[in-house]
Amino acid sequence: MGDTMSSDTPHPVTRRQFASCTAAAAAGFLLTACGPRRLREVPKARLRSMLDDLEREYSKTYGKAVTVSDTPAADGVVFAYALDISRCIGCRRCVYACVDENNQSRDPQVHWIRVLSMDKERGIDFAHADAYYDAKEVPQDGHFYVPVACQQCRNPPCTKVCPVGATWAEKDGIVVIDYDWCIGCRCCMAACPYGARHFNWSDAGIPNEQVNPAMHYLGNRPRPRGVVEKCTFCIQRVRKGRYPACVEACPVGARKFGNLLDPESEIRYIIEHKRVLVLKEELNTMPKFFYFYGT
Amino acid sequence: MRRVPFVLVFIAGALASGYGAAGVRPPQEERRPAQAAPGARIQVPPPPFSDGIFPCSECHNKDMPPNRTRRELTDMHVDIVLKHDETHRWCLDCHDADNRDQLHLASGEGVPFSESYRLCGQCHGEKYRDWRAGVHGRRVGQWNGQKEYLLCAHCHNPHEPRFRALEPKPAPRRPSRSTGVRSH
Repeated sequence: MGDTMSSDTPHPVTRRQFASCTAAAAAGFLLTACGPRRLREVPKARLRSMLDDLEREYSKTYGKAVTVSDTPAADGVVFAYALDISRCIGCRRCVYACVDENNQSRDPQVHWIRVLSMDKERGIDFAHADAYYDAKEVPQDGHFYVPVACQQCRNPPCTKVCPVGATWAEKDGIVVIDYDWCIGCRCCMAACPYGARHFNWSDAGIPNEQVNPAMHYLGNRPRPRGVVEKCTFCIQRVRKGRYPACVEACPVGARKFGNLLDPESEIRYIIEHKRVLVLKEELNTMPKFFYFYGT
Repeated sequence: MRRVPFVLVFIAGALASGYGAAGVRPPQEERRPAQAAPGARIQVPPPPFSDGIFPCSECHNKDMPPNRTRRELTDMHVDIVLKHDETHRWCLDCHDADNRDQLHLASGEGVPFSESYRLCGQCHGEKYRDWRAGVHGRRVGQWNGQKEYLLCAHCHNPHEPRFRALEPKPAPRRPSRSTGVRSH
């Protein structure tokens, strides 16, 4: 009777073998802190050791000392951004400062900021905006410019549609992506009304010498193929008190950044003293990216 | 006997509240941008002089008495094109004839070049106010700490303050059907 079973199955497994294998697998699973997790759920100590591994890996890949920071959100801080439409001249310095700072792929090209050229006659009108304007000199007559990146919504449609919970808003208001958990379904790109999310169609093409080695695990570390990425307000800089790269690159000083909860901040001054608008207000996304008229 | 626990509770409560307050309250003194009180001087980088032009008293010394008549300059400074309310203004409205190494306000008060914002602020009060708040112009530094202001003259040529047009950086590549995978 027992022989029939062994002749039917090519690799007979006894009850004892099955039990011990299962126990070993379960023990292994428990010992490695219950298998893979979203980065937001990883305990602090384990996160740091994972980031140490990443640092070693990146340092080897790019041939320079890479640091991957895990600076958390500070208490009493909600970041906000303001952009002076009356000053922006559409020179795209911000676009390329962002690419350099945030290790965006050069080929295929990924740009987190798109500068839209709009007709003064039409006002803010996305249907007739042009991101591909090419001119000898800017500003061009009859045009104004609206740079658009992630609006860091307080009511973000992108995080709601993610089927795996790989994107969320941090306590300081920055909407981030777990590049290790993203499955690349691109639902968030479809949900975003600002076209602010970008997909990595292939591995990032960045020359080693151009890689920015100061990274944050939720920010500018190199993204693998098949995940979505977007502006994080330069999380690696702003969590250390610095301004985002685009703020410092803007030659006309049109970009302003600060803490929405600090009544002395530039952002609060702008909201209280200037004419302020948000894009696609009717969608109730409640952006923390404000546009204003400084003049 | 009955007092001891009460005292203990009180001490514990005081400790806890003190600890809680210290832990929760953000370090406001450090975080606040150095707000410039009215009249206070602001830290700025050195003024952007052209090479070899300063100090002005190198040439404008005792041997060269100031000529206060408004005129077209023909011998020196001919490269300066005044396009800044030129129908009403000329050099000595801002530059001081008695102390060549400084500027002066409409009141006659002398102002060093490093505080030229006070001079500009006489006419452009609204911009001056925004600049002090960090809303007009470029600032670098820390959003929650020390910031560096730039003088008006770092971005605007005071003699010709309108911004020059710039050459834009290259446009993004268009997504194309044939190479859809390569560009997005």
